Amino acid sequence: MNATLLFVLSSTLVAATPLLIGALGELAVEKTGVLNLSIEGLMAIGAAIGFITTHDTGSHWLGLLTGGVAGLLLSLVFAGIILGFLANQVAAGIAVGILGLGLSAMVGRSYESQSIPAMAHWAIPGLSTLPVVGPALFAQSPPVYLAVLLAVGEALFFRFTRLGLVVRATGEAPNAAHALGYDVRLIRAGAIAFGGFLAGVAGAFISVAYTPLWADGMVAGRGWIVIALVVFGSWRVGRIVAGAYLFGAVGILELLFQAEGVQLPSQLLSSLPYVATIIALALLSMDRRRVRLNAPVSLGLTFWAGQ
Amino acid sequence: VRGFANLEPRLSRSGKAIVVAPVAAVIAAVLVLSIAFLAIGRSPVEAVYYFFIAPFASVSNLGEVLLDMSPLLLIAQGLAIGFRARIWNIGAEGQLVIGAIAGSLLPIYLNSASSPLILPAMVVLGGVGGMSWAGIAAFLRAQLNTNEVLVTLMLNSVAYQILYFLVSGPLRDPHGFNFPQSVQFQDAATFPLLISGMRVNASIFIGLGVSVLAWLFVHRSFLGFKLRVCGAAPMAARYAGFSQTQAIWISLMIGGCAAGIAGVSEVAGPLGQLQRVLSPGYGYSAIVVAFLGALDPLGIVLSSFLMAVIYVGGDLAQTSAGVSYAMTTVLLGVLLVTYLATRLFVDYRIRFRWPEPRRGTVA
Repeated sequence: MNATLLFVLSSTLVAATPLLIGALGELAVEKTGVLNLSIEGLMAIGAAIGFITTHDTGSHWLGLLTGGVAGLLLSLVFAGIILGFLANQVAAGIAVGILGLGLSAMVGRSYESQSIPAMAHWAIPGLSTLPVVGPALFAQSPPVYLAVLLAVGEALFFRFTRLGLVVRATGEAPNAAHALGYDVRLIRAGAIAFGGFLAGVAGAFISVAYTPLWADGMVAGRGWIVIALVVFGSWRVGRIVAGAYLFGAVGILELLFQAEGVQLPSQLLSSLPYVATIIALALLSMDRRRVRLNAPVSLGLTFWAGQ
Repeated sequence: VRGFANLEPRLSRSGKAIVVAPVAAVIAAVLVLSIAFLAIGRSPVEAVYYFFIAPFASVSNLGEVLLDMSPLLLIAQGLAIGFRARIWNIGAEGQLVIGAIAGSLLPIYLNSASSPLILPAMVVLGGVGGMSWAGIAAFLRAQLNTNEVLVTLMLNSVAYQILYFLVSGPLRDPHGFNFPQSVQFQDAATFPLLISGMRVNASIFIGLGVSVLAWLFVHRSFLGFKLRVCGAAPMAARYAGFSQTQAIWISLMIGGCAAGIAGVSEVAGPLGQLQRVLSPGYGYSAIVVAFLGALDPLGIVLSSFLMAVIYVGGDLAQTSAGVSYAMTTVLLGVLLVTYLATRLFVDYRIRFRWPEPRRGTVA
């Protein structure tokens, strides 16, 4: 039983990592008032480019980096059409998402079902030798820890820095931010690029560290879970971290139940994150005051300085 | 307002730009296609041939185009009505799945029934199924003001899980060697073929009929007018006493109904049974189709035809030239991205400002 528990703990950490990295990026984007629905496509291109880089150079770190850059570049297309050409954010997100899925399948075509050696794990000195939980929790691949650090950093950024305040103001009241002399479009473009980079890294983590192989469609809907996660966590870093591990655990339990032959339809578990998000969203929006406290006010609205 | 080039809203929409935007999108798609073909060492002429000429080259290819066009047309007409009212139903894929399941119940449980009423009954059930699935999002938006983009998006994933559960359990063919699919539907429960030996079936007429209805609804009905005002000028709509709740329900019901019927036209058409894979993302592609057609019923007839041509062109390029199927997906993305960018010029124009000569410098 102990071994099973450890397996669940350690796999949950890994399964939650791409969700957490992607959601931290999307959170920054949504905080500026932009809804980027292209995450699935950004993660897919990140996964493809990251895998190809690692496969050809042997460096996992370089794979994570180029995956992130690929996500960033594609997210700039999104930024360009919604900020420069004032396009509808929903439609633009769908368009760039489709583009990303297509591009990833195309560039990854000649690498189909190839694999690479797994990323070396980091044993945290002192902690990894702890009895029982040590090896499970403190000897993982590096991004597992870096994602947690990133979450802490982002929470501090929003709470304590001036730029964090400006970013939040841009999402809450773009016209006021503009009137104060802040360049709303530049701030939004910066956030979209940051979110695109993290979505790319999240995708690359899946293909170079989580399951080190390339198969078309391997992102498998995680991009949608990322978007769900930001809402589920009501736009707060702490709740998003908790949500990521919860959603990660659900995925692992599903595998476990199948392996143990538990008589519970696995589809029920698979749909849990989505159902939970819908319920969370409904509860959040029941009270108008609570919505105001959580969701960025201008989320999804086009901003044009001339209006 | 500063800078060299500034955006300026037009007083009235530019009729020229409405036509130019989709044309620019097609040109961008052809350019990307040519570059992609050059990159794999093939001629751009070949690319244009496969994607834009080969689909018309034979009756059977044209039949495939109409087959792909039918669900896209139907779903996009339904979605566009909601989009015009600014109700963003991203859940057509899920509504299609639930509609297909609801419609399949009849031929699965009454597999020997041969009444000519079974097919119309399936269509009705499918529409009701799609509407009930969209109804969840409509209820939450109307009662609790819950964002319908996120709810419909989540419901897509839930719908697929329900489908997977049903086809691998309760609705599985008991004599099907445990394959996750239902029994084959009887002839009475499938759409009649238009030309024997080809897959194109009578469901294309549903799409065309719905297009006529959509045109009448949008351009000739008071309800359609109210929906348009709710989208274009929410404050004016409120002042005039047009109900936002009504706009939400009508938009999502029409979108859900159309997507549900499209689901039935797939299971009772080319598939002939309920199975795990029901659509190659028609629910998402229809969003592209609706926008490319400028959310106008007539425009959508044209854009769904164009999209179907590209789908079939992609299939042909894959089977005869070994071009990756992903090319089609990339083209869809390029089309919509370019269209959304050039669409700006329908409502805005760029006004260039030349620096004025300073006083005193001229003698």
